[in-house]
Amino acid sequence: MIEIRDLRFAYGSGFALSVPVLDVAARERVAVVGPSGAGKTTLLNLVSGIAVPDAGRVTLDGRAISALPDRARRAARAASVGFVFQEFALVDYLSAEENVLYPYRVGTGLALDKEARARARALLAEFGLGEKTRRRPAQLSQGERQRVAIARALVTRPKVILADEATGNLDPANKAAALDLLFAQAAETGAALLCVTHDHELLPRFDRVIDFADLGGTA
Amino acid sequence: MNALYLAAANLRFHWARTLVLVVAAALVLSVPVLTRTLLAQGEAQLGARAEATPLLLGTRGSRLDLVMAGAYFTDDLPEPTNMAASEAVWDSGLGIPVPLHTRFTAGGARVVGTTLDYFDLRALEVAQGRPFALLGEAVLGAGAAARLGAGPGDAILSDPENLFDLDGAYPLEMTVVGVLAPTGTPDDDAVFVDIKTAWVIAGIGHGHDDILAEGEDAAAAAARAVQYARITPENIDSFHFHGDPATYPVTAVMVAPYDDRSATILRGRYLDAEGPVQAVVPADVIEALVARLLRIAALVDAVTLVVGIAAGLALGLALFLSWRLRAPEMRTAFALGAGRGTIARMALAEVALVIAGAALLALPLVIVLLSQAPTIAARLIALGS
Repeated sequence: MIEIRDLRFAYGSGFALSVPVLDVAARERVAVVGPSGAGKTTLLNLVSGIAVPDAGRVTLDGRAISALPDRARRAARAASVGFVFQEFALVDYLSAEENVLYPYRVGTGLALDKEARARARALLAEFGLGEKTRRRPAQLSQGERQRVAIARALVTRPKVILADEATGNLDPANKAAALDLLFAQAAETGAALLCVTHDHELLPRFDRVIDFADLGGTA
Repeated sequence: MNALYLAAANLRFHWARTLVLVVAAALVLSVPVLTRTLLAQGEAQLGARAEATPLLLGTRGSRLDLVMAGAYFTDDLPEPTNMAASEAVWDSGLGIPVPLHTRFTAGGARVVGTTLDYFDLRALEVAQGRPFALLGEAVLGAGAAARLGAGPGDAILSDPENLFDLDGAYPLEMTVVGVLAPTGTPDDDAVFVDIKTAWVIAGIGHGHDDILAEGEDAAAAAARAVQYARITPENIDSFHFHGDPATYPVTAVMVAPYDDRSATILRGRYLDAEGPVQAVVPADVIEALVARLLRIAALVDAVTLVVGIAAGLALGLALFLSWRLRAPEMRTAFALGAGRGTIARMALAEVALVIAGAALLALPLVIVLLSQAPTIAARLIALGS
């Protein structure tokens, strides 16, 4: 599902990331660990096409996303990648349901239709938020917000789910519940899950753990 | 549509900030329109009234004061001339003189002492009741009637000039006998009486019981006389005037020359700079005034433009800062596949909605003002010269 070959990326500040080989298969649940500043978030940006590598290739669902022009890359990201952010990144002026549908409002090439609305409501109901679809983020608990954020990542049925410290702001019970949801949905849709985390207690639940140092040559 | 939806949702959520932005933008949009409309309306009304007033005679002095008092009944009064000026026009056979005495007010409305010729020259129609015929009768302009809540059969009282001036004019109760149809001119806000009634208010004429005892000195008897403050059918015959009628004061004499030649001759008769009376053509005076106002209006326009730009920049800054606060949302949108175009459309949609809201708010304001512009302009003109 994700295939990285001879990836090199450098910021102007001198930071550079090098990933010779990285493969993540469909349905595979991979945790990425490493010290802060090692480039974990940069890796997610390169996988999703937000950042373009200086050299090498990133293939997503069989398409070399790193070689696509800007608009096509955005469309591929909107259609194939689901994001879960550490701070949830919900939009404060939208209801829970509208937050879940937000990718359809802004994503290149996505069209909001009845099916998308039905899926958003179904996801929220499945996540125990069926009665709170009209509530805004400020009216939800931390755990509920994270569930809304996960529903947003899943609503487009992405091939790849990228999670950046997705459970970092949750208490242990909510952490486990959020991970359960992610794993279950990824399994259902066959999506690959690449999850950056600092939480070593969660690592045994993943199929594979990539220590960032093993990727080869962060500097 | 998505950009509009998100912009509307954001503006609705931050409704207080949106309200401030919309009201501010509405003011920026409407104030120039409002000032321009009022100015144009005021200019039109001033011009129309001046055109309808062929010639004014009055004591030599400020031409503007004479025109404003004689044609617009404003508060700043010129030194009065006298009835001799009016009689001189009659005697010349060159036009119809209409004396105007505008020194007093009743309930805040200007009391215009004149003759019935005034109604003919101004083409005023009595909508209720009849024109004044006797001493102490009054005909109200439509606006004055509405403001005073008075109609035929009611009584109104002239305002005392100064409560502490024992030698000043005392209030006279006048009976309303008619109300004029509205004209959209200063006549609407005036109270019309016979000029003799105005002189009674001034104390030149009065009525009292015949108290002169046989063999008594008239001056001694006068000291005992109690003057009437109301003119009734019973006491009207006792009213009389003292002194030479030619010396009775008038604020101005409106003159309707019979033709252009008569007008030219009349104007020529008052060209002597040493003479006590001057003749002014109101249209000339108002033309000069409007020209001056237009120069001021150009300055106001420039100031409005600068203020508008400043207000626009302030609004832009407010929107920009609120946009900066939404930077995390933009990063999320970008991560979810939004392009710069989408982000720009969201920002533009927000600006467009604020401007649309402002226009919606400003539109009724402007429409109401446009419909009321004649009345407001007339009030502004009546406020004073």
